[in-house]
Amino acid sequence: MTAMEQDVQPPSGADDTPLLKARGLVKRYGHLSALDGADFDLIRGEILAVIGDNGAGKSTLIKILSGAITPDEGTVELDGRPVRFTSPLDARRVGIETVYQDLAIAPALAVADNLFLGRELRRPGVLGSVFRMLDKKRMIEESRAHMAELKIGIRSMKQLVETLSGGQRQGVAVARSAAFAHHLVIMDEPTAALGVKETGMVLDLIRQVRDRGLSVILISHNMPNVFEVADRVHIQRLGRRVAVIKPHEFTMSDAVAIMTGAMAGERVTDEKIGDAG
Amino acid sequence: MTSTAAPVTDQPTDPARTMSMGRVVSATGPLLALLLAIVYFSLRSDRFLTGNTMSLIVQQTAVVGVLAIGQTIVILTGGIDLSCGLVMAFGNIMVTRLAVVSGVNPYLAIAIMLVFTMLFGLTNGMLVTALRLPPFIVTLGMYSIAFALTRIYGHQESVPNLPSEETWLGKSFKVGGTAVSYGSILMLGLFVIAWFVLRQTAAGRHVYAIGGNPEGARLSGIRTRRVLLCVYGTAGLLYGIAALLLVARTQVGDVNAGLTDNIESITAVVIGGTSLFGGRGTVIGTLIGALIVSTIRAGLTLTGVEPTYQVLITGILVISAVGVDQVARARSI
Repeated sequence: MTAMEQDVQPPSGADDTPLLKARGLVKRYGHLSALDGADFDLIRGEILAVIGDNGAGKSTLIKILSGAITPDEGTVELDGRPVRFTSPLDARRVGIETVYQDLAIAPALAVADNLFLGRELRRPGVLGSVFRMLDKKRMIEESRAHMAELKIGIRSMKQLVETLSGGQRQGVAVARSAAFAHHLVIMDEPTAALGVKETGMVLDLIRQVRDRGLSVILISHNMPNVFEVADRVHIQRLGRRVAVIKPHEFTMSDAVAIMTGAMAGERVTDEKIGDAG
Repeated sequence: MTSTAAPVTDQPTDPARTMSMGRVVSATGPLLALLLAIVYFSLRSDRFLTGNTMSLIVQQTAVVGVLAIGQTIVILTGGIDLSCGLVMAFGNIMVTRLAVVSGVNPYLAIAIMLVFTMLFGLTNGMLVTALRLPPFIVTLGMYSIAFALTRIYGHQESVPNLPSEETWLGKSFKVGGTAVSYGSILMLGLFVIAWFVLRQTAAGRHVYAIGGNPEGARLSGIRTRRVLLCVYGTAGLLYGIAALLLVARTQVGDVNAGLTDNIESITAVVIGGTSLFGGRGTVIGTLIGALIVSTIRAGLTLTGVEPTYQVLITGILVISAVGVDQVARARSI
């Protein structure tokens, strides 16, 4: 087994236990409530988009799920077991990887260095244990295999990330998360600042990640992107989840109407999901 | 970041072609400049391209070279160390006074001094990481503190008559008629070690990652504070070793040492192509940068030119190097 191979769960439509479940999340900043009793459910092997107006608590919710902040109240369960993250590293340790909007990559390092940043492979034997030498060859080989699997077209793993296009950089960041995630990948605005063609490439990549059996949480402002790629859409409004919709059952203007409060969200919420706890 | 029309999946980018002109210049420029200087002075003086002159240039690079290794790793993390030469001056006074005035065993004196210079570095590191103060300000303060402590502890007097244990690095051995000093060998050895750690170990990758994208490095699971503390501590240790090399060269404990070496270490790093913005550069570049400064100084002296011209040329080189880096950065973002 290579370092990047993980025992990812196969996508199973039959299993209705949410992979990640949150109930009654509250986060206050002073007298302001960013989250006011928000619920959240993510099913295995799905792409769940999270949308909401500015100030709806979208990013606070995501930061709690990725371990960047801790909630004042509420519970989070992964695979039915309660979890509590105090840092992004805690979340990573249990198999939740996050692709940050401002890309956590080192520009002057090569693609392979970036894929393994913070989890470098060392040479076997004395060279690795005493001299702490990196196993560059193996890191490059595994990077190449992994990039090929996700169909990311970067020829040389020795290429510096700063010489890549925006879409390719996003590819590196997504590939890194997908490589090490056991359960799910959270992507924060992965198509922001990308051109049309590159956006298409990143959306394909998101599907590739799901098809490998991982779940994906996609935070995006871009409604056409959300409707193109998401299996379900979580709509956040005023610090709560107001609806979860399936893109083929609703229009984009419905989604916007729910987001802004012009349409009542509760009526359209999938009952089964809402009662999963 | 604007949306570039760069090829995506269908046409993989060629690394050689995407390498900007600026990046090529900053990678090969220093070596080219060194070779140019050597060729120029060889044509002007037939005493220049001899084993002894070359050996002397390397020997004269030793103190600034070792300081510049510490300076390089600090600058790679996106910091700067304005205190290095003064910390070295403190080490220089401490190791000599301990042995000559206080009668401490010279080897013990060396060990105590190295611990103290490392503590200076660790203090810089603590202030940068724990209090999140800018490295420029922290090390500017440490510059004054080290300067004052050197004078207070040194009682404004120089220390002559050093024990041989503290000066043997200045001695040399013959290689085919050319004298090579132990200090030169020590400096080159330290450069090799620094190259190895930066290029071949995870710790080295982390130094570059922190300089290139500090928040990204933290989110990637790198313990950035610990790495920074190690970097500043190692730099302090290197300044102590530089102090030993200085003692060996001058054969005296001097309270006025280190003032020009301080700036010259930054000069060497910058001429060597390391970016002052962090995350980009090599320690080999720094060695070449330090050699350029020594080569020009030795060459001008041999050809009978006013030595101040060396300072002038160094200034021009520093600004050129920073200019090239700026262009390279602008292209790559």
